[in-house]
Amino acid sequence: MKELIDVYGLYFLIGQYPNGPLGGLALTVLLASLGLLLALPLGLLLGLARVSPLAWVRWPVSGLVFVVRGTPLLMVVFWAYFFLPVVTGHKTGQFDTMLGALVLFDGAYLAEIVRAGLQGLPKGQFEAARSLGLSYGQAMRRVLLPQALRHMLPSLVNQFVSTIKETSLGTIIGLSELSYVANQINAQVLVKPLQIYSVLALSYFVMCFGLSRLAYALESRLNEART
Amino acid sequence: MPILDFSALLHGQFRDWLVSGFLFSLQLTGLTLVLALPLATLVALLRMAPSRPARALGFLYVEGVRSVPLIVHMLFWYFGAPELLPDRTRQWLYSGNVEAIAAVVALTLYSAAYMAEDIRSGLRAVPRTQFEAARALGFSFLGSMRRVILPQALRITVPPLISQTLNLWKDTSIATVIGVAELMYQAQRVETASFRGFDTFALVTAAYLSVSVLITALSVGFQHFFPARAAS
Repeated sequence: MKELIDVYGLYFLIGQYPNGPLGGLALTVLLASLGLLLALPLGLLLGLARVSPLAWVRWPVSGLVFVVRGTPLLMVVFWAYFFLPVVTGHKTGQFDTMLGALVLFDGAYLAEIVRAGLQGLPKGQFEAARSLGLSYGQAMRRVLLPQALRHMLPSLVNQFVSTIKETSLGTIIGLSELSYVANQINAQVLVKPLQIYSVLALSYFVMCFGLSRLAYALESRLNEART
Repeated sequence: MPILDFSALLHGQFRDWLVSGFLFSLQLTGLTLVLALPLATLVALLRMAPSRPARALGFLYVEGVRSVPLIVHMLFWYFGAPELLPDRTRQWLYSGNVEAIAAVVALTLYSAAYMAEDIRSGLRAVPRTQFEAARALGFSFLGSMRRVILPQALRITVPPLISQTLNLWKDTSIATVIGVAELMYQAQRVETASFRGFDTFALVTAAYLSVSVLITALSVGFQHFFPARAAS
């Protein structure tokens, strides 16, 4: 086990960097962070559209959200693989493909979190804001969203956990993130699959368990503040 | 924008591959559901048990399994776990459909962790006084479970379990990583053989979506006919 770590430890953590592209654990964290960060504005827009009073905004977006949520992420990854080169006009790398798929997929899930956050507020908040003379946009921006976003914080952290787990699908399109690197190491060592995949599972566990504990702590703090 | 043309995919060998993949995905979902539900119930009961070590075990199971991506579960059960078995058993395993077995084990353990949480919150939503009141009225333990607790708990538990089944249906696609011949695997196979990536993936997306719509409709229907009633 010690020999395994000595030889492949660094490769596991950062891939072939600095002699090659970044990979391993570092790439997984980078991809998940960028994915969630870019998905936030998209999720906010889609979520607002989901509760819009205008039917021609609400229906197509609801349809899109349902389609994305009803399809496996792997399918979305393959679609990104086909569509992104058509949209951008040049060949897209594995990182950009995976990032595009993650942003779209997470955007649809965040939209539901935003919608639930907005619909969870008492109806009187919106009515009071409107009767004070605020426009629809102002009522959203100054009254509803600040409250809703605070309640969404634990869900956002949980979504980050999901995103970290989702990046593991990059291995299927050959992106050298953590799972891919583990597969590579396994292919080279051959005789120690149990140890390699246990370490892989443990790495994800440490990241995701830590974050989900954080979400739990945030949630109980919110519940305390409410009572 | 290419124009969709399914004619090449809808007969002959390509259709057979896709249909067999679709059916195998459905079978994976069904088999996993049958295995995961009892396990999930057991874990939910562990998490509500009076003994502290039992609760810790349940907690460890749920958090441990949920914090690791499904793909890693599959890789572990396919590549790693057979190493632990004695040689004879391993040879027997490799002579059969080892990919499918590893996929079912991974999917079962993974879904059960999520379903256990749904079952637990359903059981907790029924106030304890309901049980005490039923016993005080002269119902036996089983009678109060059957006539008082379960009718209320099931109304709360079933809708989230149905949406967990939707997740399970989508998750079967990940079994393609270890070479299980389910829908996604067959889609890639047809794509490579026919060079019709766009049409193949459009068709397969529609297949996944149609089952998703069906499962969602089931959940909506259940909530319509058996709405959860607030126990006061």
